[in-house]
Amino acid sequence: MRKLSVAGALMYGVAAFMTPAYAQTPKDTVVMAKQIDDIISLDPAEAFEFSGIEAIANMYEKLIAFDIKDPSKLYGDLAASWTVSDDGKTYTFKLKPGLKFASGNAITADDVAYSLQRAVALNKSPGFILTQFGFTKDNIKDTIKATGPDTVVITVDKPYAPTFFLNCLTAAVASVVDSKLVKANEKDGDWGNAWLKQNSAGSGAYALRTWKANEQYTLEANANWKGGTPKNKRVVVRHIPEAASQRLLLEKGDVDYARNLTKDQLAAVKSNANVVIDSGPKGYILYLGLNQKNPNLAKPEVREALKYLVDYTGIEKNIVEGTYTPHQTFLPKGFLGAIDDKPYKLDVAKAKELLAKAGLPNGFTVTMDVRSIPPITDIAQAIQSTWGQAGVKLELIPGDGKQTLTKYRARQHDIYIGQWGPDYQDPHTNADTFAINTDNSDDAKSKPLAWRNAWAIPDMTKVTQAAVLERDSDKRKKMYEDLQREHMKVSPFVIMFQQTEVAARRKNVDGLVIGPNSDTNLYANIVKN
Amino acid sequence: MASARSTAKLVSAEVTTFAITMLGLLLVTFLIGRVIPIDPVLAVVGDRAPPDVYDKARIALGLDKPLWQQFLTYLGQVARGEFGTSVMTSNPVILDIKRVFPATLELATLGTLIGVSLGIPLGVAAAVYKGRWPDNLVRILGLFGYSIPVFWLGLMGLLLFYAHLGWVGGPGRVSVAFDDLVTTKTGVLILDAILEGEWEVARDAFSHLILPASVLGFFSLAYISRMTRSFMINELSQAYILTARVKGASETRVIWRHALRNAAAPLATVIALSYAGLLEGSVLTETIFAWPGLGRYITASLLQADMNAVLGGTVVVGVVFISLNLFADIMARVFDPRTR
Repeated sequence: MRKLSVAGALMYGVAAFMTPAYAQTPKDTVVMAKQIDDIISLDPAEAFEFSGIEAIANMYEKLIAFDIKDPSKLYGDLAASWTVSDDGKTYTFKLKPGLKFASGNAITADDVAYSLQRAVALNKSPGFILTQFGFTKDNIKDTIKATGPDTVVITVDKPYAPTFFLNCLTAAVASVVDSKLVKANEKDGDWGNAWLKQNSAGSGAYALRTWKANEQYTLEANANWKGGTPKNKRVVVRHIPEAASQRLLLEKGDVDYARNLTKDQLAAVKSNANVVIDSGPKGYILYLGLNQKNPNLAKPEVREALKYLVDYTGIEKNIVEGTYTPHQTFLPKGFLGAIDDKPYKLDVAKAKELLAKAGLPNGFTVTMDVRSIPPITDIAQAIQSTWGQAGVKLELIPGDGKQTLTKYRARQHDIYIGQWGPDYQDPHTNADTFAINTDNSDDAKSKPLAWRNAWAIPDMTKVTQAAVLERDSDKRKKMYEDLQREHMKVSPFVIMFQQTEVAARRKNVDGLVIGPNSDTNLYANIVKN
Repeated sequence: MASARSTAKLVSAEVTTFAITMLGLLLVTFLIGRVIPIDPVLAVVGDRAPPDVYDKARIALGLDKPLWQQFLTYLGQVARGEFGTSVMTSNPVILDIKRVFPATLELATLGTLIGVSLGIPLGVAAAVYKGRWPDNLVRILGLFGYSIPVFWLGLMGLLLFYAHLGWVGGPGRVSVAFDDLVTTKTGVLILDAILEGEWEVARDAFSHLILPASVLGFFSLAYISRMTRSFMINELSQAYILTARVKGASETRVIWRHALRNAAAPLATVIALSYAGLLEGSVLTETIFAWPGLGRYITASLLQADMNAVLGGTVVVGVVFISLNLFADIMARVFDPRTR
């Protein structure tokens, strides 16, 4: 039995080597467990994913920012002041003096102009946030200009509501990059895109140290930051795909923040005296899209009946408590003009009455494409059960996210259960997709959510388009309020919930800001005791 | 001369098999990538991109060309050693694989070592004490190995050994305190740490590695011990064993020198295949343990329709599988004189 004893000795050796190396998180480093596999680029002109935008928000600054407690209040971040010309087309920004990038280079008007020109010329996924104001590759030199060391003049193509343009400048795509550094890393006229995907050239609280895709990114405090060097030297964000693993790491103290805990895990960590839960409303909306190509779903009474057949409070309580709250309009709370009307609740009798009026007293059969992820699957099943009470037989088709999305984009679904997050902090971002459909034909050029559900709305489209040109802020607000009320009554969208972002943290760490969008999840104030 | 000629023939036969297998593998993976109902352009530009951005990306991916042309273009690239760039990571696929494969390699190697070092003695014991408790133990282990879901075992292992007992490190390859302390040479973290004399890092890395490796090792053990048992039972019933005993050989000698030696040839194949299976990357284990390995890389890429990455990863898996098969063939020749 010699071999057995060899194996035994080996095991002893293993055990001796294995005595735990206690490595709690270092004092000057904040460690987060988070799902970050959506990051495909850290170039602010290209990134358009939640995690990438959050990282960028901590490495870059913009001309303008909004107060996260009241998003309708704008303030200058790099800009000291700004003016709008009488014709409403020309904006002049003055920069704050003496600011520097992390590299030590001074922040000048040239950097600002270069950054915006760059985002327009590259025209990657988020590029439209700027190009919708008429900027093109060919006119950027004339429309976005540095007229002095601290003066930038921008000319848009129409007299838009100033709030609309300024709100768009708060998006990640309008981040100001260090033009000297980026130009030094340009390759074949790529505006430094290949380099900036994996490096940073900003003036935010942190600078990028490393990014390993699907693994982690590490940020290092920027000593040149205008807010002073952040207390924490380093922020390490690790990709921990499994929420149960995130919970274990947090409870054990190996991470300071767990960012993707689900309802059950949140309930479980609540009893842990060392863990505290922070939360903040996010702009993401959970909705059902009813394809109007389906003759049953195209009946107005059916659309309304289905809105009465969702158990909003039951789903909140049993499935998404703490992570979603009921919300029934297309503008999330926190946006200019957002309203919080909730006319719909589960009312099977009323729904049956409406179905009978539509000529479907015995209900009908319909399918729903469902991403196989929590909590979407559970919500879909809850809906299936309540619809059944009124005779609507719902068949669920499970699929991967990209797969259901591909089908949705091709308008081949009956019903799609999806999430929508605003692209920038202005009401137009959601109105532009939920309440605009300029061409309902299959080969339309523009394909907003209204198009995806084949909802032809020539009149509503005109109202929505007029709202972006309303320069009186109060009037503009009123327009969106009326639009939402009309929309929730007639639209083929059953809007159900608004997301609440949750971050569980160790008791000795605090200060993560959870803003209304990924652009405003900020690390700078995190302190660790 | 005759033997040299037959060796040359053998090598050329193996090379041909390799080439055909790889071509088939590439073709099937390529076609799967094209028939799955996921739009690859989505992976590049996201859901919100305006139509002109979408079209630009579609043309850049070559998706406007006919299928056969896309495949030929791809074959040409592979032949030149280019696997393209991953959409997900923006890195050349080769670089990505260089990063993720060593992570899987260390996991699979330790897992297999655990499986072999425990599985073979257990299997031998089960065969020798057939019908008695060691045998029953191995059969129960085998049953668990086949029926316990890996994610459950992984989570329970973390709960017990990491959260409660604190014997091992948590999910991830190394604690944050030890991040970036060693430069990457081999990519196998423990090896790199030892090469630089960073013993603390090596120890920490090991405490993170041992649990997922044990989980994989358990499944490998269950399989290897069961196979060892049946090979050994077969050998122990042979006439030459009786002869050896009659000649007065000790029981230890009979079991380890005579029977096991003859069971070694089929066992080598079993071990090689089990190792190859682990080298493909165990997606669930890698997910639970936040292990940045090949399995998770390929799966994540597939779900993102990031086809360059999927095809690159598949080529690696194919090469590994075919090489280990070849290795098992050679080992069988070494152990079994009849195949020479």
